[in-house]
Amino acid sequence: MEKRVTFSKWRIGILFAVPQLLLIFTFFYWPAGQAVYWSLTLQQPWGGGNIWVGLDNFRSILSNADYWNSITASLVFAGISTGLAMFIALVLAALTDRQLAGSRLYRVVLIWPYGIAAPALAMAFRFILAPEAGFMAVVNQVWPGFWDPGLDGTDAMASIIVAFSWKYVGYNFIFFLAAFQAIPRSLIEAAAMDGSGVIRRFWDIQFPLITPTIFFLLVINITESFQDSFGIVDIMTAGGPANATNLMVYKIYSDGFKGLDYSGAAAQSIILMLLIIVLTIFQFRFIERRVHYR
Amino acid sequence: MAMVERTPFLNFFTHLILFVGFVFCVAPFVVVAIAASHNLRDVNDVPMSLLPGSDFWVNIKTAWTTADLGPKLLNSFIMAFGVAAGKVIISALTAFSIVYFRYPGRTFIFWLIFVTLMLPLEVRIVPTYAVVANVLSPYQAILDVTGLSWLIEKVSGVQVSLSLGLLNSYTGLVMPLIATATGTFLYRQFFLTVPDELTEAARMDGAGPLRFFIDVLLPLSRNNMAALGTIMFLWAWNQYLWPLLITTDQSHATAVTELKQLIPNVGGIPEWNIAMAGTLIVMLPPLIVVVLMQRWFVRGLIATEK
Repeated sequence: MEKRVTFSKWRIGILFAVPQLLLIFTFFYWPAGQAVYWSLTLQQPWGGGNIWVGLDNFRSILSNADYWNSITASLVFAGISTGLAMFIALVLAALTDRQLAGSRLYRVVLIWPYGIAAPALAMAFRFILAPEAGFMAVVNQVWPGFWDPGLDGTDAMASIIVAFSWKYVGYNFIFFLAAFQAIPRSLIEAAAMDGSGVIRRFWDIQFPLITPTIFFLLVINITESFQDSFGIVDIMTAGGPANATNLMVYKIYSDGFKGLDYSGAAAQSIILMLLIIVLTIFQFRFIERRVHYR
Repeated sequence: MAMVERTPFLNFFTHLILFVGFVFCVAPFVVVAIAASHNLRDVNDVPMSLLPGSDFWVNIKTAWTTADLGPKLLNSFIMAFGVAAGKVIISALTAFSIVYFRYPGRTFIFWLIFVTLMLPLEVRIVPTYAVVANVLSPYQAILDVTGLSWLIEKVSGVQVSLSLGLLNSYTGLVMPLIATATGTFLYRQFFLTVPDELTEAARMDGAGPLRFFIDVLLPLSRNNMAALGTIMFLWAWNQYLWPLLITTDQSHATAVTELKQLIPNVGGIPEWNIAMAGTLIVMLPPLIVVVLMQRWFVRGLIATEK
Protein backbone atom coordinates (compact mmCIF):
# COMPACT_ATOMS: atom_id res chain seq x y z
CA MET A 1 0.00 0.00 0.00
CA GLU A 2 1.34 3.41 -0.95
CA LYS A 3 0.12 6.96 -0.76
CA ARG A 4 -0.69 8.67 -4.03
CA VAL A 5 -0.38 12.14 -2.60
CA THR A 6 2.86 12.91 -0.79
CA PHE A 7 4.91 15.92 0.10
CA SER A 8 7.60 16.89 -2.35
CA LYS A 9 10.22 18.23 0.10
CA TRP A 10 11.67 14.83 0.86
CA ARG A 11 14.75 16.27 2.49
CA ILE A 12 12.53 17.61 5.24
CA GLY A 13 10.72 14.28 5.29
CA ILE A 14 13.84 12.39 6.27
CA LEU A 15 14.28 14.69 9.26
CA PHE A 16 11.08 13.28 10.79
CA ALA A 17 12.71 9.86 10.92
CA VAL A 18 15.96 11.13 12.43
CA PRO A 19 15.03 10.87 16.15
CA GLN A 20 13.98 7.25 15.74
CA LEU A 21 17.08 6.44 13.67
CA LEU A 22 19.43 8.02 16.19
CA LEU A 23 17.81 6.12 19.04
CA ILE A 24 17.88 2.75 17.34
CA PHE A 25 21.45 3.28 16.19
CA THR A 26 22.65 4.17 19.68
CA PHE A 27 20.59 1.75 21.73
CA PHE A 28 19.87 -1.05 19.30
CA TYR A 29 22.24 -1.47 16.37
CA TRP A 30 25.38 -0.40 18.17
CA PRO A 31 24.85 -2.70 21.17
CA ALA A 32 23.80 -5.55 18.88
CA GLY A 33 26.97 -5.09 16.86
CA GLN A 34 28.98 -4.76 20.06
CA ALA A 35 27.57 -8.07 21.26
CA VAL A 36 28.83 -9.73 18.08
CA TYR A 37 32.26 -8.10 18.49
CA TRP A 38 32.52 -9.00 22.18
CA SER A 39 31.53 -12.56 21.51
CA LEU A 40 34.60 -12.87 19.29
CA THR A 41 37.04 -11.23 21.70
CA LEU A 42 38.11 -11.65 25.27
CA GLN A 43 36.85 -8.59 27.14
CA GLN A 44 38.42 -7.51 30.37
CA PRO A 45 35.86 -6.21 32.81
CA TRP A 46 36.16 -2.45 33.49
CA GLY A 47 38.04 -1.77 30.26
CA GLY A 48 41.70 -2.57 29.78
CA GLY A 49 41.77 -3.80 26.23
CA ASN A 50 40.56 -6.95 24.56
CA ILE A 51 42.04 -9.84 22.64
CA TRP A 52 40.65 -11.34 19.45
CA VAL A 53 39.84 -14.98 20.11
CA GLY A 54 37.60 -15.88 17.17
CA LEU A 55 35.06 -18.53 18.05
CA ASP A 56 36.76 -19.59 21.28
CA ASN A 57 34.02 -18.05 23.43
CA PHE A 58 31.42 -20.10 21.61
CA ARG A 59 33.53 -23.22 21.89
CA SER A 60 33.95 -22.86 25.61
CA ILE A 61 30.26 -22.10 26.16
CA LEU A 62 29.07 -24.95 24.03
CA SER A 63 31.37 -27.39 25.78
CA ASN A 64 30.02 -26.31 29.15
CA ALA A 65 27.40 -28.63 30.65
CA ASP A 66 25.83 -25.74 32.57
CA TYR A 67 25.06 -24.01 29.32
CA TRP A 68 23.38 -27.04 27.78
CA ASN A 69 21.43 -27.41 30.96
CA SER A 70 20.22 -23.84 30.59
CA ILE A 71 19.18 -24.46 26.97
CA THR A 72 17.24 -27.56 27.98
CA ALA A 73 15.60 -25.72 30.86
CA SER A 74 14.61 -22.85 28.53
CA LEU A 75 13.11 -25.22 25.98
CA VAL A 76 11.18 -27.19 28.60
CA PHE A 77 9.93 -23.92 30.07
CA ALA A 78 9.00 -22.47 26.67
CA GLY A 79 7.29 -25.64 25.49
CA ILE A 80 5.16 -26.35 28.53
CA SER A 81 4.25 -22.79 29.46
CA THR A 82 3.38 -21.81 25.87
CA GLY A 83 1.31 -24.96 25.47
CA LEU A 84 -0.56 -24.39 28.72
CA ALA A 85 -1.11 -20.66 28.24
CA MET A 86 -2.41 -21.13 24.71
CA PHE A 87 -4.60 -24.14 25.37
CA ILE A 88 -6.29 -22.64 28.43
CA ALA A 89 -6.79 -19.29 26.72
CA LEU A 90 -8.23 -20.97 23.64
CA VAL A 91 -10.74 -22.96 25.66
CA LEU A 92 -11.79 -19.94 27.71
CA ALA A 93 -12.10 -17.70 24.64
CA ALA A 94 -14.10 -20.28 22.71
CA LEU A 95 -16.46 -20.65 25.65
CA THR A 96 -16.87 -16.93 26.30
CA ASP A 97 -17.58 -16.47 22.62
CA ARG A 98 -20.71 -18.55 23.11
CA GLN A 99 -22.29 -15.47 24.68
CA LEU A 100 -24.11 -17.01 27.56
CA ALA A 101 -25.14 -14.95 30.55
CA GLY A 102 -22.11 -13.64 32.40
CA SER A 103 -19.76 -13.81 29.44
CA ARG A 104 -19.03 -10.10 29.68
CA LEU A 105 -17.78 -10.39 33.24
CA TYR A 106 -15.41 -13.18 32.27
CA ARG A 107 -14.15 -11.16 29.36
CA VAL A 108 -13.30 -8.21 31.57
CA VAL A 109 -11.63 -10.16 34.33
CA LEU A 110 -9.65 -12.59 32.20
CA ILE A 111 -7.65 -9.68 30.78
CA TRP A 112 -6.37 -8.46 34.14
CA PRO A 113 -3.38 -10.79 34.53
CA TYR A 114 -1.71 -9.21 31.55
CA GLY A 115 -1.40 -5.89 33.35
CA ILE A 116 0.58 -7.34 36.24
CA ALA A 117 4.36 -7.03 36.27
CA ALA A 118 6.09 -10.39 36.05
CA PRO A 119 8.03 -9.83 39.31
CA ALA A 120 4.86 -8.87 41.19
CA LEU A 121 3.01 -11.97 40.12
CA ALA A 122 6.18 -13.97 40.77
CA MET A 123 6.10 -12.65 44.33
CA ALA A 124 2.44 -13.61 44.66
CA PHE A 125 3.10 -17.11 43.36
CA ARG A 126 6.20 -17.47 45.47
CA PHE A 127 3.92 -17.10 48.47
CA ILE A 128 1.06 -19.15 47.06
CA LEU A 129 3.45 -21.98 46.18
CA ALA A 130 5.68 -21.71 49.26
CA PRO A 131 6.22 -25.09 50.89
CA GLU A 132 5.92 -23.88 54.48
CA ALA A 133 3.05 -21.40 54.29
CA GLY A 134 -0.05 -20.94 52.14
CA PHE A 135 -1.66 -23.82 50.34
CA MET A 136 1.07 -26.18 49.31
CA ALA A 137 1.87 -26.43 53.03
CA VAL A 138 -1.47 -28.18 53.43
CA VAL A 139 -0.44 -30.74 50.83
CA ASN A 140 2.92 -31.11 52.54
CA GLN A 141 1.19 -31.87 55.83
CA VAL A 142 -0.71 -34.72 54.25
CA TRP A 143 2.24 -35.92 52.22
CA PRO A 144 5.44 -34.70 53.86
CA GLY A 145 8.16 -33.58 51.47
CA PHE A 146 5.86 -33.61 48.45
CA TRP A 147 6.47 -30.03 47.43
CA ASP A 148 9.63 -27.96 47.87
CA PRO A 149 10.62 -25.66 45.01
CA GLY A 150 13.61 -24.55 47.08
CA LEU A 151 15.15 -28.01 46.95
CA ASP A 152 13.49 -29.86 44.11
CA GLY A 153 14.32 -28.72 40.58
CA THR A 154 11.13 -30.09 39.07
CA ASP A 155 9.00 -28.28 41.64
CA ALA A 156 10.90 -25.06 40.94
CA MET A 157 10.37 -25.44 37.20
CA ALA A 158 6.67 -26.13 37.78
CA SER A 159 6.42 -22.94 39.87
CA ILE A 160 7.83 -20.64 37.22
CA ILE A 161 5.74 -22.33 34.54
CA VAL A 162 2.57 -21.74 36.55
CA ALA A 163 3.40 -18.06 37.08
CA PHE A 164 4.32 -17.42 33.46
CA SER A 165 1.34 -19.31 32.02
CA TRP A 166 -1.02 -17.51 34.36
CA LYS A 167 0.05 -14.15 32.96
CA TYR A 168 -0.02 -15.23 29.31
CA VAL A 169 -3.46 -16.84 29.54
CA GLY A 170 -4.74 -13.30 29.91
CA TYR A 171 -2.73 -12.05 26.98
CA ASN A 172 -3.66 -14.89 24.65
CA PHE A 173 -7.28 -14.65 25.69
CA ILE A 174 -7.54 -11.12 24.26
CA PHE A 175 -6.30 -12.22 20.86
CA PHE A 176 -8.34 -15.42 20.72
CA LEU A 177 -11.50 -13.62 21.68
CA ALA A 178 -10.89 -10.97 19.02
CA ALA A 179 -10.34 -13.73 16.46
CA PHE A 180 -13.52 -15.58 17.44
CA GLN A 181 -15.55 -12.42 17.31
CA ALA A 182 -14.27 -11.63 13.84
CA ILE A 183 -15.94 -14.79 12.52
CA PRO A 184 -19.26 -13.84 10.95
CA ARG A 185 -22.12 -15.04 13.14
CA SER A 186 -24.13 -15.94 10.05
CA LEU A 187 -21.55 -18.58 9.14
CA ILE A 188 -22.00 -20.35 12.43
CA GLU A 189 -25.76 -19.96 12.43
CA ALA A 190 -25.99 -21.41 8.92
CA ALA A 191 -24.03 -24.44 10.06
CA ALA A 192 -26.29 -24.77 13.10
CA MET A 193 -29.32 -24.75 10.80
CA ASP A 194 -27.74 -27.54 8.82
CA GLY A 195 -27.73 -29.50 12.04
CA SER A 196 -24.02 -29.52 12.87
CA GLY A 197 -23.31 -29.58 16.58
CA VAL A 198 -21.26 -27.20 18.64
CA ILE A 199 -18.11 -29.31 18.61
CA ARG A 200 -18.43 -30.06 14.93
CA ARG A 201 -18.83 -26.36 14.21
CA PHE A 202 -15.76 -25.54 16.25
CA TRP A 203 -13.53 -27.91 14.31
CA ASP A 204 -14.96 -27.27 10.85
CA ILE A 205 -15.51 -23.53 10.96
CA GLN A 206 -14.03 -21.70 13.89
CA PHE A 207 -10.75 -23.52 14.33
CA PRO A 208 -9.56 -23.15 10.70
CA LEU A 209 -10.42 -19.46 10.83
CA ILE A 210 -8.42 -18.77 13.97
CA THR A 211 -5.28 -20.62 12.89
CA PRO A 212 -3.55 -17.36 11.91
CA THR A 213 -4.05 -16.18 15.49
CA ILE A 214 -2.75 -19.45 16.89
CA PHE A 215 0.31 -19.13 14.70
CA PHE A 216 0.88 -15.52 15.69
CA LEU A 217 0.50 -16.23 19.41
CA LEU A 218 2.81 -19.21 19.20
CA VAL A 219 5.59 -16.97 17.91
CA ILE A 220 4.92 -14.28 20.51
CA ASN A 221 4.57 -16.70 23.46
CA ILE A 222 7.76 -18.56 22.69
CA THR A 223 9.73 -15.36 22.16
CA GLU A 224 8.37 -13.89 25.38
CA SER A 225 9.13 -17.08 27.30
CA PHE A 226 12.77 -16.50 26.44
CA GLN A 227 12.85 -12.95 27.83
CA ASP A 228 9.83 -12.03 29.94
CA SER A 229 10.70 -14.99 32.16
CA PHE A 230 13.59 -13.04 33.67
CA GLY A 231 11.62 -11.31 36.43
CA ILE A 232 9.79 -14.50 37.35
CA VAL A 233 13.01 -16.47 37.67
CA ASP A 234 14.82 -13.74 39.57
CA ILE A 235 12.08 -13.41 42.18
CA MET A 236 10.95 -17.02 42.46
CA THR A 237 14.03 -19.21 42.11
CA ALA A 238 17.10 -17.11 41.17
CA GLY A 239 18.01 -19.90 38.74
CA GLY A 240 18.07 -22.59 41.39
CA PRO A 241 17.99 -25.09 42.87
CA ALA A 242 21.18 -26.45 41.31
CA ASN A 243 20.61 -24.49 38.07
CA ALA A 244 17.29 -26.24 37.43
CA THR A 245 15.64 -22.95 36.45
CA ASN A 246 18.71 -21.13 35.15
CA LEU A 247 17.02 -20.12 31.89
CA MET A 248 19.12 -18.65 29.08
CA VAL A 249 18.21 -15.03 29.76
CA TYR A 250 18.93 -15.45 33.45
CA LYS A 251 22.27 -17.07 32.77
CA ILE A 252 23.28 -14.17 30.50
CA TYR A 253 22.49 -11.81 33.35
CA SER A 254 24.27 -13.78 36.05
CA ASP A 255 27.35 -14.57 33.95
CA GLY A 256 27.61 -11.04 32.57
CA PHE A 257 26.78 -8.92 35.59
CA LYS A 258 27.54 -11.11 38.54
CA GLY A 259 30.40 -13.11 37.03
CA LEU A 260 31.69 -10.14 34.98
CA ASP A 261 32.26 -12.50 32.06
CA TYR A 262 31.30 -10.05 29.31
CA SER A 263 32.61 -12.16 26.45
CA GLY A 264 30.81 -15.29 27.62
CA ALA A 265 27.59 -13.35 28.19
CA ALA A 266 27.91 -11.72 24.77
CA ALA A 267 28.39 -15.11 23.09
CA GLN A 268 25.33 -16.40 24.93
CA SER A 269 23.36 -13.35 23.79
CA ILE A 270 24.32 -14.07 20.20
CA ILE A 271 23.15 -17.67 20.53
CA LEU A 272 19.87 -16.54 22.10
CA MET A 273 19.36 -13.94 19.36
CA LEU A 274 19.97 -16.57 16.69
CA LEU A 275 17.62 -18.96 18.44
CA ILE A 276 14.85 -16.36 18.52
CA ILE A 277 15.43 -15.45 14.88
CA VAL A 278 15.53 -19.09 13.76
CA LEU A 279 12.39 -19.95 15.72
CA THR A 280 10.58 -17.01 14.19
CA ILE A 281 11.65 -17.90 10.65
CA PHE A 282 10.96 -21.59 11.19
CA GLN A 283 7.48 -20.88 12.41
CA PHE A 284 6.85 -18.54 9.52
CA ARG A 285 8.01 -21.06 6.95
CA PHE A 286 6.64 -24.31 8.26
CA ILE A 287 3.63 -23.44 10.29
CA GLU A 288 2.29 -20.62 8.20
CA ARG A 289 1.89 -22.96 5.25
CA ARG A 290 -0.77 -24.88 7.09
CA VAL A 291 -2.53 -21.78 8.21
CA HIS A 292 -5.69 -20.62 6.49
CA TYR A 293 -5.80 -16.94 5.80
CA ARG A 294 -9.06 -15.38 4.90
CA MET B 1 -27.38 -15.29 21.28
CA ALA B 2 -29.48 -16.06 18.33
CA MET B 3 -28.61 -19.69 18.47
CA VAL B 4 -31.80 -21.71 18.01
CA GLU B 5 -30.68 -24.98 19.48
CA ARG B 6 -30.96 -26.00 23.10
CA THR B 7 -27.81 -27.37 24.64
CA PRO B 8 -28.41 -27.41 28.39
CA PHE B 9 -25.65 -29.90 29.11
CA LEU B 10 -23.10 -27.95 27.11
CA ASN B 11 -24.21 -24.66 28.64
CA PHE B 12 -23.75 -26.08 32.09
CA PHE B 13 -20.30 -27.27 31.15
CA THR B 14 -19.39 -23.90 29.66
CA HIS B 15 -20.38 -22.12 32.84
CA LEU B 16 -18.48 -24.60 34.93
CA ILE B 17 -15.22 -24.22 33.01
CA LEU B 18 -15.55 -20.46 32.78
CA PHE B 19 -16.19 -20.28 36.49
CA VAL B 20 -13.08 -22.32 37.19
CA GLY B 21 -11.14 -20.03 34.85
CA PHE B 22 -12.55 -17.01 36.64
CA VAL B 23 -11.54 -18.37 40.03
CA PHE B 24 -8.03 -19.14 38.84
CA CYS B 25 -7.75 -15.68 37.39
CA VAL B 26 -8.94 -13.83 40.47
CA ALA B 27 -7.54 -16.13 43.14
CA PRO B 28 -4.00 -14.76 43.18
CA PHE B 29 -5.30 -11.20 43.63
CA VAL B 30 -7.57 -12.31 46.44
CA VAL B 31 -4.89 -14.38 48.14
CA VAL B 32 -2.44 -11.48 47.96
CA ALA B 33 -4.99 -9.08 49.43
CA ILE B 34 -6.00 -11.45 52.23
CA ALA B 35 -2.41 -12.37 53.10
CA ALA B 36 -1.65 -8.65 53.24
CA SER B 37 -4.29 -8.24 55.94
CA HIS B 38 -3.00 -10.92 58.31
CA ASN B 39 -0.54 -10.61 61.16
CA LEU B 40 2.73 -12.53 61.07
CA ARG B 41 1.36 -15.56 62.88
CA ASP B 42 -1.87 -15.87 60.88
CA VAL B 43 -0.21 -15.50 57.49
CA ASN B 44 2.00 -18.48 58.31
CA ASP B 45 -0.89 -20.58 59.57
CA VAL B 46 -1.45 -23.83 57.73
CA PRO B 47 -3.92 -23.53 56.14
CA MET B 48 -4.01 -19.74 56.00
CA SER B 49 -7.40 -18.34 56.91
CA LEU B 50 -9.29 -16.95 53.93
CA LEU B 51 -11.07 -14.48 56.17
CA PRO B 52 -9.36 -11.11 56.08
CA GLY B 53 -7.31 -10.20 59.14
CA SER B 54 -7.17 -6.81 60.78
CA ASP B 55 -3.59 -5.74 60.04
CA PHE B 56 -4.06 -4.58 56.46
CA TRP B 57 -3.12 -0.93 56.96
CA VAL B 58 -0.30 -1.74 59.35
CA ASN B 59 1.24 -4.10 56.77
CA ILE B 60 0.74 -1.62 53.94
CA LYS B 61 2.49 1.00 56.00
CA THR B 62 5.37 -1.32 56.90
CA ALA B 63 5.85 -2.44 53.30
CA TRP B 64 5.65 1.17 52.17
CA THR B 65 8.44 2.28 54.47
CA THR B 66 10.59 -0.89 54.25
CA ALA B 67 10.84 -0.73 50.47
CA ASP B 68 10.64 3.07 50.45
CA LEU B 69 7.77 2.80 47.98
CA GLY B 70 6.78 6.48 47.81
CA PRO B 71 9.83 7.68 45.83
CA LYS B 72 10.05 4.34 43.99
CA LEU B 73 6.48 4.62 42.74
CA LEU B 74 7.22 8.15 41.61
CA ASN B 75 10.24 6.85 39.68
CA SER B 76 8.08 4.16 38.11
CA PHE B 77 5.56 6.79 37.04
CA ILE B 78 8.28 9.00 35.56
CA MET B 79 9.79 6.10 33.67
CA ALA B 80 6.48 4.68 32.43
CA PHE B 81 5.18 8.08 31.43
CA GLY B 82 8.46 9.00 29.73
CA VAL B 83 8.50 5.78 27.72
CA ALA B 84 4.83 6.09 26.75
CA ALA B 85 5.20 9.72 25.67
CA GLY B 86 8.47 9.06 23.88
CA LYS B 87 7.06 6.11 21.95
CA VAL B 88 3.91 7.98 20.99
CA ILE B 89 5.83 11.01 19.67
CA ILE B 90 8.71 9.23 17.97
CA SER B 91 6.55 6.56 16.37
CA ALA B 92 4.23 9.19 14.93
CA LEU B 93 7.13 11.19 13.50
CA THR B 94 8.75 8.14 11.91
CA ALA B 95 5.53 6.82 10.44
CA PHE B 96 4.82 10.25 9.01
CA SER B 97 8.21 10.25 7.36
CA ILE B 98 7.90 6.83 5.76
CA VAL B 99 4.29 7.23 4.67
CA TYR B 100 4.15 10.81 3.43
CA PHE B 101 7.48 11.26 1.68
CA ARG B 102 9.29 9.57 -1.18
CA TYR B 103 13.01 9.57 -0.69
CA PRO B 104 15.90 7.34 -1.61
CA GLY B 105 16.49 4.66 1.01
CA ARG B 106 12.96 4.84 2.38
CA THR B 107 12.46 1.08 2.15
CA PHE B 108 15.84 0.57 3.78
CA ILE B 109 14.83 2.79 6.70
CA PHE B 110 11.58 0.86 6.95
CA TRP B 111 13.49 -2.40 7.32
CA LEU B 112 16.03 -0.91 9.72
CA ILE B 113 13.12 -0.07 11.99
CA PHE B 114 11.33 -3.35 11.41
CA VAL B 115 14.30 -5.44 12.53
CA THR B 116 14.24 -3.81 15.98
CA LEU B 117 11.04 -5.74 16.71
CA MET B 118 12.93 -9.01 16.56
CA LEU B 119 15.52 -8.57 19.31
CA PRO B 120 14.31 -7.56 22.75
CA LEU B 121 16.45 -5.55 25.14
CA GLU B 122 17.00 -8.62 27.31
CA VAL B 123 19.20 -10.36 24.77
CA ARG B 124 21.47 -7.37 24.10
CA ILE B 125 21.50 -6.32 27.71
CA VAL B 126 25.25 -6.39 28.39
CA PRO B 127 26.37 -4.08 25.54
CA THR B 128 23.33 -1.83 26.00
CA TYR B 129 24.43 -1.35 29.58
CA ALA B 130 27.88 -0.36 28.32
CA VAL B 131 26.36 2.17 25.93
CA VAL B 132 24.31 3.76 28.68
CA ALA B 133 27.40 3.95 30.88
CA ASN B 134 28.76 6.24 28.17
CA VAL B 135 26.13 7.10 25.65
CA LEU B 136 28.61 8.85 23.40
CA SER B 137 30.89 5.81 23.08
CA PRO B 138 29.46 4.76 19.70
CA TYR B 139 30.23 8.20 18.33
CA GLN B 140 33.71 8.21 19.86
CA ALA B 141 34.32 4.84 18.23
CA ILE B 142 33.22 6.18 14.86
CA LEU B 143 35.60 9.12 15.20
CA ASP B 144 38.43 6.79 16.20
CA VAL B 145 37.88 4.26 13.44
CA THR B 146 37.53 6.85 10.68
CA GLY B 147 40.68 8.61 11.88
CA LEU B 148 38.78 11.78 12.64
CA SER B 149 39.91 11.88 16.28
CA TRP B 150 43.50 11.64 15.12
CA LEU B 151 42.93 14.45 12.60
CA ILE B 152 41.26 16.69 15.16
CA GLU B 153 44.07 16.08 17.64
CA LYS B 154 46.70 16.90 14.98
CA VAL B 155 44.96 20.07 13.88
CA SER B 156 43.72 21.50 17.15
CA GLY B 157 45.75 19.65 19.76
CA VAL B 158 42.54 18.72 21.52
CA GLN B 159 42.13 15.08 22.39
CA VAL B 160 38.61 13.99 21.56
CA SER B 161 37.07 12.02 24.33
CA LEU B 162 33.30 12.06 24.30
CA SER B 163 31.69 10.85 27.44
CA LEU B 164 28.23 11.12 28.92
CA GLY B 165 27.12 8.61 31.50
CA LEU B 166 23.41 7.91 31.88
CA LEU B 167 23.48 5.29 34.63
CA ASN B 168 21.19 6.30 37.48
CA SER B 169 19.31 8.83 35.42
CA TYR B 170 15.79 9.01 34.07
CA THR B 171 17.16 9.51 30.57
CA GLY B 172 19.11 6.27 30.90
CA LEU B 173 16.01 4.48 32.16
CA VAL B 174 13.78 5.72 29.38
CA MET B 175 15.82 6.05 26.17
CA PRO B 176 16.82 2.41 25.53
CA LEU B 177 13.22 1.36 26.15
CA ILE B 178 12.03 3.78 23.47
CA ALA B 179 14.52 2.42 20.95
CA THR B 180 12.28 -0.17 19.33
CA ALA B 181 9.73 0.24 16.62
CA THR B 182 6.60 -0.83 18.51
CA GLY B 183 4.03 1.75 17.55
CA THR B 184 5.67 2.88 14.33
CA PHE B 185 3.70 0.27 12.44
CA LEU B 186 0.50 1.06 14.27
CA TYR B 187 0.77 4.65 13.05
CA ARG B 188 1.85 3.57 9.60
CA GLN B 189 -1.26 1.41 9.21
CA PHE B 190 -3.42 4.25 10.39
CA PHE B 191 -1.81 6.94 8.22
CA LEU B 192 -2.28 4.74 5.17
CA THR B 193 -6.03 4.82 5.77
CA VAL B 194 -6.19 8.61 5.97
CA PRO B 195 -7.82 9.84 2.72
CA ASP B 196 -5.54 11.51 0.18
CA GLU B 197 -8.08 14.31 -0.23
CA LEU B 198 -7.04 15.67 3.16
CA THR B 199 -3.43 15.91 2.08
CA GLU B 200 -4.46 17.53 -1.20
CA ALA B 201 -6.62 20.07 0.57
CA ALA B 202 -3.83 20.89 2.99
CA ARG B 203 -1.37 21.35 0.17
CA MET B 204 -3.85 23.53 -1.72
CA ASP B 205 -4.16 25.72 1.37
CA GLY B 206 -0.41 26.08 1.25
CA ALA B 207 0.22 24.07 4.40
CA GLY B 208 3.66 22.50 4.69
CA PRO B 209 4.28 18.98 5.98
CA LEU B 210 4.73 20.08 9.59
CA ARG B 211 1.47 22.03 9.57
CA PHE B 212 -0.38 19.08 8.07
CA PHE B 213 1.15 16.73 10.62
CA ILE B 214 0.19 18.86 13.61
CA ASP B 215 -3.15 20.21 12.46
CA VAL B 216 -4.56 17.24 10.57
CA LEU B 217 -2.82 13.95 11.27
CA LEU B 218 -2.26 14.16 15.02
CA PRO B 219 -5.84 15.11 15.90
CA LEU B 220 -7.07 12.27 13.70
CA SER B 221 -4.83 9.76 15.46
CA ARG B 222 -6.09 10.47 18.99
CA ASN B 223 -7.41 6.92 19.32
CA ASN B 224 -4.10 5.43 18.29
CA MET B 225 -2.28 7.61 20.76
CA ALA B 226 -4.52 6.53 23.62
CA ALA B 227 -4.10 2.87 22.71
CA LEU B 228 -0.36 3.02 22.20
CA GLY B 229 0.15 5.24 25.23
CA THR B 230 -1.77 2.85 27.49
CA ILE B 231 0.01 -0.24 26.34
CA MET B 232 3.45 1.35 26.50
CA PHE B 233 2.77 2.74 29.96
CA LEU B 234 1.93 -0.76 31.19
CA TRP B 235 4.90 -2.28 29.42
CA ALA B 236 7.34 0.25 30.86
CA TRP B 237 5.84 0.10 34.35
CA ASN B 238 6.35 -3.65 34.33
CA GLN B 239 9.99 -3.52 33.18
CA TYR B 240 12.34 -5.24 35.55
CA LEU B 241 15.74 -6.24 34.20
CA TRP B 242 16.66 -2.87 32.75
CA PRO B 243 15.91 -0.71 35.82
CA LEU B 244 17.43 -3.39 38.03
CA LEU B 245 20.73 -2.99 36.19
CA ILE B 246 21.09 0.68 35.63
CA THR B 247 19.74 2.03 38.91
CA THR B 248 22.57 0.99 41.19
CA ASP B 249 21.83 4.10 43.20
CA GLN B 250 18.58 3.81 45.17
CA SER B 251 17.37 7.26 44.20
CA HIS B 252 16.34 6.10 40.72
CA ALA B 253 15.13 2.57 41.51
CA THR B 254 11.57 1.68 40.51
CA ALA B 255 8.78 0.10 42.53
CA VAL B 256 8.89 -3.16 40.58
CA THR B 257 12.60 -3.68 41.23
CA GLU B 258 12.25 -2.74 44.90
CA LEU B 259 9.79 -5.55 45.41
CA LYS B 260 12.76 -7.87 45.67
CA GLN B 261 13.66 -6.20 48.98
CA LEU B 262 10.51 -7.70 50.47
CA ILE B 263 11.28 -11.36 49.76
CA PRO B 264 11.35 -12.87 53.26
CA ASN B 265 14.77 -13.92 54.49
CA VAL B 266 15.65 -17.50 55.07
CA GLY B 267 15.56 -18.17 58.81
CA GLY B 268 13.01 -16.67 61.13
CA ILE B 269 9.30 -16.60 60.44
CA PRO B 270 8.77 -15.34 56.87
CA GLU B 271 7.04 -11.96 56.77
CA TRP B 272 4.70 -12.89 53.94
CA ASN B 273 2.10 -10.41 55.13
CA ILE B 274 4.50 -7.52 54.49
CA ALA B 275 5.68 -9.03 51.19
CA MET B 276 2.10 -9.38 49.99
CA ALA B 277 1.21 -5.85 51.08
CA GLY B 278 4.11 -4.57 48.98
CA THR B 279 3.09 -6.79 46.07
CA LEU B 280 -0.43 -5.41 46.26
CA ILE B 281 0.84 -1.83 46.14
CA VAL B 282 3.09 -2.55 43.15
CA MET B 283 0.48 -4.49 41.16
CA LEU B 284 -2.29 -1.98 41.74
CA PRO B 285 -1.34 0.94 39.44
CA PRO B 286 -1.10 -1.11 36.24
CA LEU B 287 -4.25 -2.99 37.20
CA ILE B 288 -6.09 0.32 37.58
CA VAL B 289 -4.81 1.40 34.17
CA VAL B 290 -6.03 -1.87 32.63
CA VAL B 291 -9.47 -1.51 34.21
CA LEU B 292 -9.88 2.16 33.27
CA MET B 293 -8.42 1.91 29.79
CA GLN B 294 -9.55 -1.62 28.95
CA ARG B 295 -11.09 -0.60 25.65
CA TRP B 296 -7.98 1.26 24.45
CA PHE B 297 -5.64 -1.28 25.87
CA VAL B 298 -7.24 -4.21 24.11
CA ARG B 299 -7.59 -2.32 20.86
CA GLY B 300 -3.99 -1.15 21.00
CA LEU B 301 -2.64 -4.54 21.89
CA ILE B 302 -4.34 -6.15 18.94
CA ALA B 303 -3.32 -3.35 16.57
CA THR B 304 0.34 -3.05 17.60
CA GLU B 305 1.05 -6.72 17.39
CA LYS B 306 -0.64 -7.40 14.08
